[in-house]
Amino acid sequence: MLRLTCPYCGAAADETELTPGGEAHLTRHGPGSSDEAFEGYLFLRKNPYGVHFERWRHAHGCGKWFHAARDTRSLQVFGTYSAQVTRPPQDIIDRIAATHPGFDWEAGQ
Amino acid sequence: MSELLCTEGLARIETVSGRGMITLKGELESRRFRNVLAKALDLPLPGPLSCAFNGARGVGWMAPDEVLILVPGEEVPEALARLRNKIGDHHITAVDVSDARAQFRLTGPGAREVLAKLSPVDFAPARFAPGTFRRTRLAQVPVAVWQKEEDVFGLVCFRSVADYVAGLLVNAAAPGSGVGYFASGG
Repeated sequence: MLRLTCPYCGAAADETELTPGGEAHLTRHGPGSSDEAFEGYLFLRKNPYGVHFERWRHAHGCGKWFHAARDTRSLQVFGTYSAQVTRPPQDIIDRIAATHPGFDWEAGQ
Repeated sequence: MSELLCTEGLARIETVSGRGMITLKGELESRRFRNVLAKALDLPLPGPLSCAFNGARGVGWMAPDEVLILVPGEEVPEALARLRNKIGDHHITAVDVSDARAQFRLTGPGAREVLAKLSPVDFAPARFAPGTFRRTRLAQVPVAVWQKEEDVFGLVCFRSVADYVAGLLVNAAAPGSGVGYFASGG
């Protein structure tokens, strides 16, 4: 069972109180972009067996969208953070690096 | 008037009719928002996951931009007028949602266990104490639940699912269905 702490209200929310929103930190490619870029934005998603950044909504709680970093292999949750950022906070990256030495967020983007 | 749904079993469960509910939305962090609550209704601004009461009035934290004000039903028009008078032309909205929501009250030492059976929230006495206010899921529908004082819980849900929630609560409180998970009740 997945439990994520909502960074907005602080509640330890059960998976069943949340709505999944897919991969986080996508760059939108809209009108005027190349076909390849638009296809990538619309359809192509990471599906890693390891560190993953996700969007979640505290649907049965305060209603806010937030970001979560977790490991899909160990199910370890590295942390949750505001949806109003374009990259994970440094403390979360540091926590990932503690179990995944050499983890490089930029390289994965 | 309030209707008694269940007296035997784990808890006394009743619908609470005639309670007024007002949704107040705005920037909770702003001094203006706090002033509107304090000056219009003499209520403090509760922190996240908490509620506060002043006599028959109460206020619960719903979201970073929303609180739910509980007042006696007959006070709603006056409370709304007082709120709007204090809000003026600031970006805060007050809406009467009394008829949109149904309210329940659960009392008794087993009330905690009735709720714990139906929700993923940790209802352990140390984690869910008087003054806690939490929006969550009760079986299949969203609700907000709070503890006003020891062994007294309040709950609101959308009126459209009130019958469903009433059935859930009465079933979970059925005589002989106690699990005894919490030391103090059940």
